[in-house]
Amino acid sequence: MISANVLALFYLISGVLFILALRGLSSPESSRQGNLFGIVGMAIAIGVTILSVGNFSTGFLYLLILILIGGSIGTFIAFKIPMTAMPELVAGFHSLVGLAAVFVAISAFLNPEVFNLGSPGDIKIASLIEMSLGAAIGAITFTGSIIAFLKLRGIMSGSPITFFGQHYLNLALGLILLGLIFYLCKTQVDNWFWMIIIISFVLGILLIIPIGGADMPVVISMLNSYSGWAAAGIGFTLENTALIITGALVGSSGAILSYIMCKGMNRSFFNVILGGWGATEQSSSNNSKEQKPVKNGNADDAAFLMKNASSVIIVPGYGMAVAQAQHALREMVDALKKNGVKVTYAIHPVAGRMPGHMNVLLAEANVPYDEVFELEEINNDFANCDVAYVIGANDVTNPVAKTDPQSPIYGMPILDVEKSKSVLFVKRSLSPGYAGIDNDLFYRDNTLMLFADAKKMTEDIIKNL
Amino acid sequence: MEIDPFIFRLSIFILSIFIGYYVVWSVTPSLHTPLMSVTNAISSVIIVGAIIAALAGDNVNIFDTANIFGFLAIILAAINIFGGFLVTQRMLAMYKKKKKDK
Repeated sequence: MISANVLALFYLISGVLFILALRGLSSPESSRQGNLFGIVGMAIAIGVTILSVGNFSTGFLYLLILILIGGSIGTFIAFKIPMTAMPELVAGFHSLVGLAAVFVAISAFLNPEVFNLGSPGDIKIASLIEMSLGAAIGAITFTGSIIAFLKLRGIMSGSPITFFGQHYLNLALGLILLGLIFYLCKTQVDNWFWMIIIISFVLGILLIIPIGGADMPVVISMLNSYSGWAAAGIGFTLENTALIITGALVGSSGAILSYIMCKGMNRSFFNVILGGWGATEQSSSNNSKEQKPVKNGNADDAAFLMKNASSVIIVPGYGMAVAQAQHALREMVDALKKNGVKVTYAIHPVAGRMPGHMNVLLAEANVPYDEVFELEEINNDFANCDVAYVIGANDVTNPVAKTDPQSPIYGMPILDVEKSKSVLFVKRSLSPGYAGIDNDLFYRDNTLMLFADAKKMTEDIIKNL
Repeated sequence: MEIDPFIFRLSIFILSIFIGYYVVWSVTPSLHTPLMSVTNAISSVIIVGAIIAALAGDNVNIFDTANIFGFLAIILAAINIFGGFLVTQRMLAMYKKKKKDK
């Protein structure tokens, strides 16, 4: 048995180790050690909690069995999941954190004595507020992440679902939530508590359905942030420092990532969460679409161009992930390097479906991380490069973002692919990208369109090198 | 005059937000995906609440509704802890530098 003070000190150590875990991620070398810190921090937190409860009878046995079951499921998923499915996995994991927060809140509400919060029907007001906030945010995270998961997995269509008065409905539900929390504190009646959870479940669904597929990086980061705030809310209820520190860390981490993603699209956070681009802008873009001539190339042309180049920049996008083309791409780059071509990779902040998505895929294909560059680092190099190989990216290369103030993507930072001597654009068709606008780059003289599946085209190029 | 312990917790919370802010800005963008999976893993420290909830009460009533919710939360959090840390480990192991001897 340990005293409450010693327990609190151990939780503090856990909290510090979690901070170090995030700190480690500032470079790939220190990151592995960082992850270890995180694991140790978690082990300490769990260990001292079990010791402090000091109940080593039947309940403890069940606890071990359940951790074993959950742990095996988690381990299995962690080793089996393909890297391309990482966005869905993270969304799925967020939903579990959300639901766990709801369950802990319910448990604290039903049995407040265990947590020194008062007795049923007479719970401290502050604790009630904290636990209802924790439960509400947890519930929103749960259903919101499920919707995000379904959209990313392709089970649900990625296109935004909007209907009249949607935002007012959400606003109304939000206000009802606040009202319910107020009444719960005033009357301590359980039904208000259940209502809070149910309405939050509904709100989570409604908040995510209007957001389209390519805005998923923002959604995932946002849900990451929510799961942190939910944990912090529960941390306040349980008066637990480890949870409060962790919740704050995760909450601000997710918020920063959402901010970076929004900036990558030059859109405000509200613009993203209030609903899809594609749905509203499509009509204005399609009418200007007459048949303009494009230069159509094949793998042979592409291989010739790249073989004779002195430098090539690869621009991967979500299409590369869909086609699972990262390994073929690495082989192509290896072949080019043998020919003395200098090859680098340029990654746009919102390429893919989650922050850092492309980097993980390239790392999986054994691309060294010091050949992979972020937008600001590499954008000036396009002017000196011979060939830009755009594989599965579209909107993030569209020069319209710089030239046409009418365009919905105007002001979005783009990769200056158009400045390179020639552009190879691997794409299945001329269809516009997510923003629903035509890409000027397709019709440039120095652009060669390669109409094919990203993986197949890359493999064909390898054969011709 | 005594300060309510809540104020201390609030202070910890606010200061942690600032720590999080600075630490996360220093994370290199290429590691943003592992950042999400590891934050996901550490937020499952909510398992401590679940453990307390699950083990509460005497042995006769270990399957009280409140306990059952605690047990359920333990499974969910355990999936996340193992899954989150291990998948992060797996990703981080893939980040390699260029071989110098080439």
